[in-house]
Amino acid sequence: MSQPPPVRASLFVTCIIDQLYPEVGVSVVRVLRRHGVDVDFPEGQSCCGQPLYNSGFTQEARRLAIRTLDALAGSDYVVVPSGSCGAMMRVFYEDLFADDAENLERAQQLGSRVYEFTEFLAKVLGVADDVTGDDAAGGDATGSEKVTYHPSCHLLREMRVRESPRRLLSGCSGVALVDLPEAEQCCGFGGTFAVKYPHISEEMLADKLATITQSGADTITACDMGCLMHIGGAISRQNLPVSVRHIAQILDGEQA
Amino acid sequence: MAEVVTRQFVPASQAAVKDVQLRQALRRAGSGFDGTRREAIAEVSEEVWEGWREQARKIKEHTIGHLDYYLAMLERNVAAAGGQVHFARDARQANAIVSEIARRNGVKTVTKSKSMVSEELGLNHVLEANGIDVFETDLGEYIIQLAEETPSHLVAPALHKTRGQVAQLFAEQLGVPYSEDIEEMARVARVALRQKFLEADMGVSGANFLVAETGSLVIITNEGNGRLCTSAPRIHVGLAGMEKVIPSLQDLAVFLRLLPRSATGQRISSYVSMVTGPKRAEDEDGPEEFHLIIVDNGRSRLLRDPALRESLYCIRCGACLNVCPIYQRVGGHAYGWVYPGPIGSIVTPGLVGVAEAKDLPNASTLCGACRDACPVQINIPRMLLHLRHQQAESNDENERTSSDTDKLLARGFANVMSSPLLLKLGRTVGRAVSKPLAKSGKIGETRLPLISRWTQARDLPVPAERSFRQRWRDELSKDGR
Repeated sequence: MSQPPPVRASLFVTCIIDQLYPEVGVSVVRVLRRHGVDVDFPEGQSCCGQPLYNSGFTQEARRLAIRTLDALAGSDYVVVPSGSCGAMMRVFYEDLFADDAENLERAQQLGSRVYEFTEFLAKVLGVADDVTGDDAAGGDATGSEKVTYHPSCHLLREMRVRESPRRLLSGCSGVALVDLPEAEQCCGFGGTFAVKYPHISEEMLADKLATITQSGADTITACDMGCLMHIGGAISRQNLPVSVRHIAQILDGEQA
Repeated sequence: MAEVVTRQFVPASQAAVKDVQLRQALRRAGSGFDGTRREAIAEVSEEVWEGWREQARKIKEHTIGHLDYYLAMLERNVAAAGGQVHFARDARQANAIVSEIARRNGVKTVTKSKSMVSEELGLNHVLEANGIDVFETDLGEYIIQLAEETPSHLVAPALHKTRGQVAQLFAEQLGVPYSEDIEEMARVARVALRQKFLEADMGVSGANFLVAETGSLVIITNEGNGRLCTSAPRIHVGLAGMEKVIPSLQDLAVFLRLLPRSATGQRISSYVSMVTGPKRAEDEDGPEEFHLIIVDNGRSRLLRDPALRESLYCIRCGACLNVCPIYQRVGGHAYGWVYPGPIGSIVTPGLVGVAEAKDLPNASTLCGACRDACPVQINIPRMLLHLRHQQAESNDENERTSSDTDKLLARGFANVMSSPLLLKLGRTVGRAVSKPLAKSGKIGETRLPLISRWTQARDLPVPAERSFRQRWRDELSKDGR
C-alpha cells in the first residue's frame, strides 16, 4: 500500500508574528510538520491589510490584500495562526472587493482555502478527533501546567471556531485546561482601538486580567498574538506570575 | 429634536469609566438581562431560535424593501378603522403635528407611555413650552423625568441609577419618606401617576410594531401603563419611526416571540396591547380620536444607503447593549444622543449626520457580540466598518476623522508592507529606535506620543532580532523535507 500524498499547506505567518514573535511561527511550522504537512512559506506575503481596513483606509488595505492574494494564489491550503487575519481573508476580503469582480473571485477562492491554525489541525488533519468533550477542566492537574484559553473575538464570531482550540489543549499531555470566567468577553485590544480609546480598552483589559487571575492558571493562551500582546503587555507591566503563549507554542511543547 | 452631544463622547466616556456606581448598575443590569436572554433561548433550543431569527430577518428585509407599499396599506387601514395617519418629515414637523392636535382639543395634561421616538423628537419640551403638563408613566421614564435626565438604555431608561439614587430622588421630589424597598417605590409612583391617568386629555404612546393589514399599533409593556395611556384619555397619539411597520398579524407572531426574550428574557411581556382606531360605536370606552404620527427624521437616508439599510430592521430590544463591552463600561449617556450602544453607533450618525457622531463607529473593538445577540441578525460590525471607511475617505472635512498624519501613516504602513526592502529597512530603524527605550526586550512607560497611549498600561515588545522570514531562510526552509 502506498502512503497518501502529504497535505501541502502555505503558512501565512501574519506581520505581527513575523516582526515581533517569530518563535510562534517556528512553533507553527514544527507542529504542522510533525503532523506530516508539507509546509511552505510564500515570501511575497506581508500584512493582510486588516489594520488599514479597520481604520477605514480601504484603498491602502486593497493594496495589501492584492499582494496577499498574489502571494497565496498557488496554495492548496493556507494556514493562519490568527483568527483576526484569518477572518480578514475569509470574511472581509469579500466586502473589500465587492466592487471589483476579478479580485472578488480571487478573494472567494482564497477564502475557501484559508484555515486558522487550530481549525486546520482539527478539520483538515483530524487531530484531536479522539478527544471527547470540550472540557478537560477539573481533570487531574497534578504536575501539569494549568492553562487557560481566551477565545479571540474574530476567531469565535467571524471564523466560527469555538471548540478546536480547547479540544487540542485538552489532548495535550502535561497540560491541564482550566476554565476562564467570562471567557468570551473581548480583551479590549481591537487594533487601533487600544490607542484611540485607551480609557475604555484598559477597563476591558483589567477585567480580563482579573478573570485570568481568578482562573488560577499558570499560562494564558489564545490563537491571536494581537490579543496576547495586549494581555501580555499588562501581565508584564504588573509582574503577574502568568506566562503568555500562543497555542502553537503549547502544542509544540507537548513533545518537545 | 433632542440635543445632540455626541461630539463629547471622549470626555463623557472618560468620566463614565471612573463612575463606580454607574459601573455597578451597568454590570448588574447587563449581566441580568443577558443571562435571562440566554436562558430563554436555551429553553426553546438554539436551533429553534436561529429559525425564528431567520424568519424575522426575512420579514424585515421584505418590508423595508417595500416600505412605501406597506406604509400606504397601513394608512388606508388606520383610516378605515377611524383613525388618522400623519407623515412627518422631521422632528420639527412631528412636534408641530402633535402640538396642533393638542391645541385644537384644548389639551392641558398628557400622559405618556414609553417612546424612544418621542425622546428623539424632544416632544416633551415642545409640549411643555405650549403650557401642557406632560407625565411619563413608565416607571423608568418617570424616574428620569423627575431627575431631568435622558434614557440611558433602550428598554430600561433609568438603568444608570442605583436603587439608593431613586429612593433619594423620590424623597426629594415627591416628599415621601426615604425607602429603598422596590415595592414601596413602585407604590409611590403608582399613587402619583393614578391621578394623572384620570386627568389626562391626551395619551401619547410609542409603537413596537405597526401592522399594515389591520392598521393596528402594537405596544409591549410590563407595567400596564401603556394600556391606560392609550385608552383613558380622549385622544390617543401614537408615535412611530417609519421602519416599525410589518405586513400582517402572522408576522407579528414571529416578533412577539423574539422581542420579549431578547429584551428581558421573558417568554411574553405582561401586556401586549393592540390598538386599532379610536373608540367604535359599540365600545363603552376608549379615545374619541386616534392619530398615528409616522416619523422619518433621517430614516429615508438610511433606507437609501444599501450599506446601512439593515439598521432599520432594529426592533429596539436592547440585547446588543447588554452584550456590548463598550456600552457596559461607558453607559448610555456617553453616546450623546437618544440611541446608545452598538445599534446607536449606526443609527445616530445615520439620523443626525456622520459629522456629529464621528467617534461612535470607531469606539468599538468589532468583537461581534452585538451581531450574535441581535434577534434580527443585524450585522452591526460590518456597518461600523462601512462608516469608518466613509469617515476616513470622506471629501467633506466635517465628516473626515483621519488627519493628514493618519493618512500618511496609513500610506507609509502600506508602502513598508508592500516592499521587502522597505520592510527590512523599517525593521532596522524600528530596532534602532526602540532599543534605547527598552528594558529586557520591552518598552515600558514612555512619553513618546501615540506609543504612550499603549504603554500607559501595557509593555510593548520590540522587533525580534531575526524576523520569521529570516528564520525561515536560515533554518526552517532547509530542514523541511
